[in-house]
Amino acid sequence: MSEFDQLYREVILDHYKNPRGHGVLDDADAVAEGQNPLCGDEVTVSVRFAGDGETIDEVGFEGRGCAISQAATSMLTELVKGRKAADVATLPKEELLDEIGIPLTPVRMKCAILGLGVLKVALHRSKGTPLPDEWQGLDFS
Amino acid sequence: MTAPKTLDAQALRADFPIFEQRFHGKPLAYLDSAASSQKPRQMLDAMTRFYETSYANVHRGVYELAERATEALEHARERCRAFVNAPAAHEVIFVRNATEAINLVAYAWGLENLGPGDVVLVTELEHHANFVPWQFIARKTGAEFRMLPVEPDGTLHLDELDQLAGDAKVKVVATGYVSNVLGGANDISRIAAWVHERGAIHVCDAAQAAPHRRVDVQALGSDFVAVSGHKMCGPSGIGFLWGKSDLLRAMPPFLTGGHMIRRVREDETTWGELPHKFEAGTAPMAEAVGLAAAIDYLEAVGLEAIEQHEHELVAHALDRLAEIPGVTTWGPPPERRAGIVSFDVDGVHPHDVAQILDLDGVAIRAGHHCCQPLMTRLGVAATNRASFYLYTLPEEIDRLADGLLKVKKTFGV
Repeated sequence: MSEFDQLYREVILDHYKNPRGHGVLDDADAVAEGQNPLCGDEVTVSVRFAGDGETIDEVGFEGRGCAISQAATSMLTELVKGRKAADVATLPKEELLDEIGIPLTPVRMKCAILGLGVLKVALHRSKGTPLPDEWQGLDFS
Repeated sequence: MTAPKTLDAQALRADFPIFEQRFHGKPLAYLDSAASSQKPRQMLDAMTRFYETSYANVHRGVYELAERATEALEHARERCRAFVNAPAAHEVIFVRNATEAINLVAYAWGLENLGPGDVVLVTELEHHANFVPWQFIARKTGAEFRMLPVEPDGTLHLDELDQLAGDAKVKVVATGYVSNVLGGANDISRIAAWVHERGAIHVCDAAQAAPHRRVDVQALGSDFVAVSGHKMCGPSGIGFLWGKSDLLRAMPPFLTGGHMIRRVREDETTWGELPHKFEAGTAPMAEAVGLAAAIDYLEAVGLEAIEQHEHELVAHALDRLAEIPGVTTWGPPPERRAGIVSFDVDGVHPHDVAQILDLDGVAIRAGHHCCQPLMTRLGVAATNRASFYLYTLPEEIDRLADGLLKVKKTFGV
């Protein structure tokens, strides 16, 4: 497969054009926004918990960014729905990167994990737990 | 009458070792010179020669080698002076880049001269390097920070200067010469004349002008002019600030330490003469030598020929981009700009445009270009920017246009 076909896989373009979980939830339990200072891209992620206050019932996002960042955030909403907030707050980024499944340079890596970082900020903030160092750069609030 | 000098970009490319490489199996179409230019062998050789034959710390030793190094540094300063037609070499201060040059003025002049009731004025067109330091120093001193708006084509509303300033005590006005996003050149002498009528000083960011057109500090009429070396075939890590002697003499130092002193006692330190007062620590010596060699190179090619070459490339680029539906360009007409074209591809984020072009060996910049206030005015988060220099070929712009068709096909737009 050519570099081109690897990078702009059909699934990436599909998530970009038809994002899942698009739109900020009205009745969110947790919400955060973040920027990628390299390119000025922005994303807002909102989460609603199920009745147990722990399970992620719904995730919505809104933002502007490249196909990689928008597709990755769209995939993220599918990846975390139904999982416990505490698990997602500590989710290793590799799990999302496996899902995205394309080779990423260090610059594009920042695009790919922007949504995940913002989601982590939202979850840690709502649970009152400290954001791990690795993700600190995203918490601009 | 002699015919105006022209340049042969294809022949000049042989001077640039970077073009010997291939990227993704393709020859490099480097369309990002506004971010930083590529380097001619003549400049690289001058730096190597300096390290191999003349290297020692300057202004210190009395041995022959140190004298030789000092002479090389001071020769470089003289070369920079002549390049911008400055009245005196001691008005040329070596710094890391234009950003540091502007910070030098913002701190050393600004902290001393600004306070509540004063106004600091910049434009919406500024690179963050000529925006953030002024905003920061204004906050620090209690001065007011105001911004002159710009049209989407890069035209500054100079006739609104009076209204914007009102009765306020304008102390400093900082404007760029050539926009790094839109490529347009501003009428610096007109701005500087207005600034001086108001009794203020004018700081000119010429980082994006000096590589592409003749910069004459006396003709511009500014009080300070900032230049970066790396955008004009010089090495990274060096640039210079030109400033008027009387202002520089009245200013306290910016960075303090070795070399910049006259006398150090426990109770008091006095400052050295210009330019040394502003050059604390060991100087970027080899970088200065490289910058002088870069200036020699540009002068041999001819600044006027470079400017003309870029006008032609911009005209070609605007023609080619206009053929592609869904592509929007910003900026003034070709004859009024340096080799910079910012554009948008409808429905595709600039990062994706740049990524797909890269796979064909075409390097452009995607992002906010350190101009977020201007991005806000244009109503975008980022743009694509193709920028050209003396080694750019029209065929490379054709490869850009072909690449954009591929981008549109990929995204189905």
